[in-house]
Amino acid sequence: MTEPISFTRKGAWRGAVRCIPLIISIIPFGLVAGVTSQGAGLSLLEAMIMSAGVYAGASQLVALSIWSHPPPLLATALAAFVVNLRLALMGPVLAPWLDRLRGWRLWGSLFFMADQNWALSVTEMTTGGRDAGFLLGSGLSMWLVWVLSTGAGHLLGASMRPPPGHPLFFAVLAVFVSMLAGMWRGGKDVLPWLVAAASSSIASFLMPGTFWYIIIGAFAGTLTGGLRDRTVA
Amino acid sequence: MEPINLAAIVLMGLATYACRGGGYWLFRQISPSPRVRAMLAYVPGTLFVSFVVPALLQGGLQPSVGAAATLATMLATRNTILSIVAGIAAAWVVWGFR
Repeated sequence: MTEPISFTRKGAWRGAVRCIPLIISIIPFGLVAGVTSQGAGLSLLEAMIMSAGVYAGASQLVALSIWSHPPPLLATALAAFVVNLRLALMGPVLAPWLDRLRGWRLWGSLFFMADQNWALSVTEMTTGGRDAGFLLGSGLSMWLVWVLSTGAGHLLGASMRPPPGHPLFFAVLAVFVSMLAGMWRGGKDVLPWLVAAASSSIASFLMPGTFWYIIIGAFAGTLTGGLRDRTVA
Repeated sequence: MEPINLAAIVLMGLATYACRGGGYWLFRQISPSPRVRAMLAYVPGTLFVSFVVPALLQGGLQPSVGAAATLATMLATRNTILSIVAGIAAAWVVWGFR
């Protein structure tokens, strides 16, 4: 018999401590999110509420890149949904822990699940960790630093007032380029990525000023990968 | 604080939680085939390609040089923070020569 799954303060604390190196590494991303929010015209409070309530950096940066006055409600919500679809695939991996939780412990833990503390929790779980509080503890501490560093970035942007086209705003693209290097899985990604690049570029020229090209490119590339695998298999 | 901004943020939060919580909930009800899972695994890569490539085509020299520096540093060091700093620095150099 294996030990049952528990959910304790001790497990949450262990998650928070194990997460410290990752917490330090998200501070620059929080600063980028804050500077970008300021550049998009959000107030300090709005920027911090967004980081607190959405708590998903990449989707926030995509949404901020299409922000206007008033913001396009459907487009920003859809951007958040599509960019965060990967989170829907991450929760089920932690099922051995999550299936044992109920109520706020389950749904609260899921709220604080982000890429970094998810990866850490999967490692903890697969190496025999039985305390599901680990996920909440690591996520909560990262969330706190995320919100605070967003605020700091907003203050930085407000004091520098970088003009549009300033290299500081290139940070958003740099974040995504570095993420792409990590997402590359080898030869099978060549065709889907080429299709995504071509279809999104064409769509962006046909529909300037909207963000639909991101959705169109992702859809075309994903569909290409799925159909190709089906024919090959 | 503007109500319309708050509304956009709340909708983004709901959409994100639909992924975080809804994904777990849905996969507990139905178990998707390995083929569907394999196909969904293409979403993150193709999504960010679709964000980056058109932005580089329309942005011209500055973002392209920055992206090249980011990618080169990332491949050489595998250090995310360092590669972002290198990219911004390279974009800054191009900006200075405008």
